[in-house]
Amino acid sequence: MNRFLWPLIIVAGLIVFLVMGLRHGDPRALPSPFIGKAAPEFELPTLKNPEVRIGKQNLLGQYSIVNVWATWCVMCRAEHGFLMDLAASRTIPIYGINWRDSRPDAIRWLDELGDPYIASAFDADGRVGIDWGVYGAPETFLVDPGGTVIYKHLGPLDADIWQREFVARMNSRGAGT
Amino acid sequence: MRRYIAVMLLALAASAAFAIDEEKRFDDPAMQARYEKLIAEVRCLQCQNQSIKDSNVTLAADLRREIARMIDEGQTDEEIAEFLVTRYGEFALYRPRTTGKTLVLWLAPFLLVLFGGLALVRIVRHRMSLPIDDEPAEEA
Amino acid sequence: MLPEVGQFALILALSLAICQSVLPLVGAHRGDAAMMRVGRTAATGQFVFLAVAFACLVWAFLSDDFSVLYVANHSQLSLPTMYKVSAVWGAHEGSLLLWILILAAWTVAVARFSGDLPEAFSARVIGVLGFLSVGFLLFAILTSNPFDRLVPAAADGGDLNPLLQDPGLAIHPPLLYIGYVGFSVAFAFAIAAMLSGDLDRTWAKWTRPWTTLAWMFLTLGIALGSWWAYYELGWGGWWFWDAVENASFMPWLIGTALIHSLAVTERRGLFKSWTLLLAITAFSLSLLGTFLVRSGIIVSVHAFATDPTRGFFILSFLAVVVIGALALYAWRAPSLDSDAGFGLLSRETFLLLNNVLFVVATALVLIGTLSPLVIEMATGGKISIGPPWFNVAFLVPTLPLVILLGMGMHAAWRKQPAQPWARVLRIPAIVAVVLGVVIPLFIYGRISILLFVGCAAAAWILVSSLIPIVRSLRREKGSAGITRAALGMSVAHFGMGLFVIGVTIVSAFGVESDRALQPGQSIEVAGHEFEMKELRNVQGPNFSAIEAVVDIRKDGDFIATVRPQKRQYLVQKSPMTEAGIHPGLDKDLFVALGDQLGNGAWSVRIQYKPMIRFIWLGALVMALGGIIAVSDRRYRVKATARDAVPDTVTGTGEATA
Repeated sequence: MNRFLWPLIIVAGLIVFLVMGLRHGDPRALPSPFIGKAAPEFELPTLKNPEVRIGKQNLLGQYSIVNVWATWCVMCRAEHGFLMDLAASRTIPIYGINWRDSRPDAIRWLDELGDPYIASAFDADGRVGIDWGVYGAPETFLVDPGGTVIYKHLGPLDADIWQREFVARMNSRGAGT
Repeated sequence: MRRYIAVMLLALAASAAFAIDEEKRFDDPAMQARYEKLIAEVRCLQCQNQSIKDSNVTLAADLRREIARMIDEGQTDEEIAEFLVTRYGEFALYRPRTTGKTLVLWLAPFLLVLFGGLALVRIVRHRMSLPIDDEPAEEA
Repeated sequence: MLPEVGQFALILALSLAICQSVLPLVGAHRGDAAMMRVGRTAATGQFVFLAVAFACLVWAFLSDDFSVLYVANHSQLSLPTMYKVSAVWGAHEGSLLLWILILAAWTVAVARFSGDLPEAFSARVIGVLGFLSVGFLLFAILTSNPFDRLVPAAADGGDLNPLLQDPGLAIHPPLLYIGYVGFSVAFAFAIAAMLSGDLDRTWAKWTRPWTTLAWMFLTLGIALGSWWAYYELGWGGWWFWDAVENASFMPWLIGTALIHSLAVTERRGLFKSWTLLLAITAFSLSLLGTFLVRSGIIVSVHAFATDPTRGFFILSFLAVVVIGALALYAWRAPSLDSDAGFGLLSRETFLLLNNVLFVVATALVLIGTLSPLVIEMATGGKISIGPPWFNVAFLVPTLPLVILLGMGMHAAWRKQPAQPWARVLRIPAIVAVVLGVVIPLFIYGRISILLFVGCAAAAWILVSSLIPIVRSLRREKGSAGITRAALGMSVAHFGMGLFVIGVTIVSAFGVESDRALQPGQSIEVAGHEFEMKELRNVQGPNFSAIEAVVDIRKDGDFIATVRPQKRQYLVQKSPMTEAGIHPGLDKDLFVALGDQLGNGAWSVRIQYKPMIRFIWLGALVMALGGIIAVSDRRYRVKATARDAVPDTVTGTGEATA
């Protein structure tokens, strides 16, 4: 073969690769390393009632979602309406992790806007956030009855994403919501 | 060749010997140096492309605090790297760890220079065997 | 009204570009002189309309026309006038228009200064450039129109990104683009040669000045970007191996290899196909850089707002252009190689080494930039490749390069006898070894193997590149002095030496200190005392800031006052750090505000940066060498026969680079 064809072959390969790269999606989205693995253990006081503590054991036994939120997070306010709807439909328990927030501010926020959470864990210093690999609010984890993380969504939830990413995954595992 | 690699690794070490002086994290200079080297190599995941050393966002500060705690507890650099990778993936580290995938990356410079050198040797040998024009050689 | 004029002008420019690309190429193929001449006229016309379009956009910014979407997104009533102008190229659509304008400008320059070239050849060159213009204009008009309207018009704009509100960053893109786009000329020359089937030493002679000129602008653009990052981003770093930086650096590396390869092709008619390949690659990397930056495929601090549709368009264009060029290459290259030889010790060998090492360096930067994407697509895991890998990897080919540089420039063509060559190198070698020890140890107090190598290599290059200049000054009157081409080479290499010493010293001896400071407190860093006198609020035209007044003393003697600021821009609300820098050729003292801590204290980053200015000074001197070389007499002497394609060296036989 004409050895002068090599540059062309190499470049053609590079271009194919770049096309695939373009279709690959948002380069900033970080897949959670926990997908398919056990959710991290944690134990924190609840937001509204510091004497009551919740942890991973609260999640076991059914599908649940863990939503990381904060009052300083603009997108959390955007998804709040959907979370309220989801809670009202009683399809799945929603647990919150209130991340790096001020307790009085957070309580007031929930009082004003409504509380979709069974309970919110209060993660004052962010350690549990780090343990869950959280790097930007809102983040929502789908956890199966055995405590394995099925999926993590970065950014605000809406009905469309809920159906496409969360319900679809639960259905494919035979949860039948 | 081995000496070459040794020099390169020395470069690695030398570049880390940046005399930095951070706010009262550790009294022990060795631990302080470890701390500074580590935070320079951990990516700030909330940012677009900065280390947690250079970034001021909350996550960066939190991660710096955790790393300092782990150094204090006596964990090794590998254990700290493992902690971060378990939670955030390999992406969290700026220096790719030497695993199977990344070994190729670390060897790439030497392999490429080697390959280039071989190509060069072939070309020069070929040209040496050809007649040189009889135009007089000129000064540089 | 004017935005519509601008839009119309764009469309007219496109139609002219189509003429400019089709007619001269067909004309050259048929030998039709009239068709060939159309190229020059069309090019001028295209440039005029693009200038009109650009002027309309500038006017839209200056007149605060927020009915234009682009202006509404990137300007603001309170934005200082100077930045209203630079905001024109501050984001994707406007910078693309600038790119197209610059491409047209280069084309006009080629049309104007190609009197010595055969008509068919320049017609082909202009035709290829026209084809490139068509591609970019289609891209702009179809996907990235800067004149899109916003209805209803906004009352005020979203403001220019505060990071870009800076004089350095205002000039950085134009300089960079002149360089990037300039490589399209070498590319067009290569295509023209392949289309006609003629590639000889004269072709190399014509291509060299255009390539060197583009290279020079790219050098300046990259250096300016580095300097800007240093004083504006607040961390005191000057290079981050960020994807966008790499995108500009790769064409520069190949461009440097190309300049050296052209020297061999011009002098001895060797490496013809290789030079062609380099010319194609340099511009391809410019296109690749544009793609990487504008498509969203890669994470970067300063990628443009991203859009996969645009990404696909650029990628398709890139594919057509590059694969077309490489197909031509595969067709023509086999017939090009000549049978001349050279000895083991010869300038040819050294230039070959130069090329190999520069290509390796480029490949490494490309690998480092794209690998995260490869790995993510292959394994799903996200991996990070940053300065720790790049700094080590890049050193592998560049360390030998730097050492060979000092030797290679004194090797004669064809065959260099070893003895006289070694004799010439004796002085540089001795000086290098001495300074390699003296500078780190006695000036800065520490030495290591790497420090010795870095300082010795820098001294080696500095002395070695001065030798041709010194020699020419010593010659008797009446004999030929040093040509500008050779002088340019010496100056450019000298600049490289300055760069190396700057990098070595600042990397090894720079000191960084993060501390908490309150007004009235002072701390000591690197033998200097930094005292925060006061903190106060200041107001800028479109920002408010906290400013710290910091006095710097050494051994009790007052040196300077610096005023680092933490700015809050009124519209975009992002906090920005303005460092307070006391500059100096021997060192910079750098103070930046971090965060507000409790009770009136602030975290402050203080840096001592010895010889950091040599980095940019070196780049400046390199660029100076470039312009000196381009002004060489042989490019200004008209050829005797307009259509002749001689295969001999024109000129007087004096020493050439």
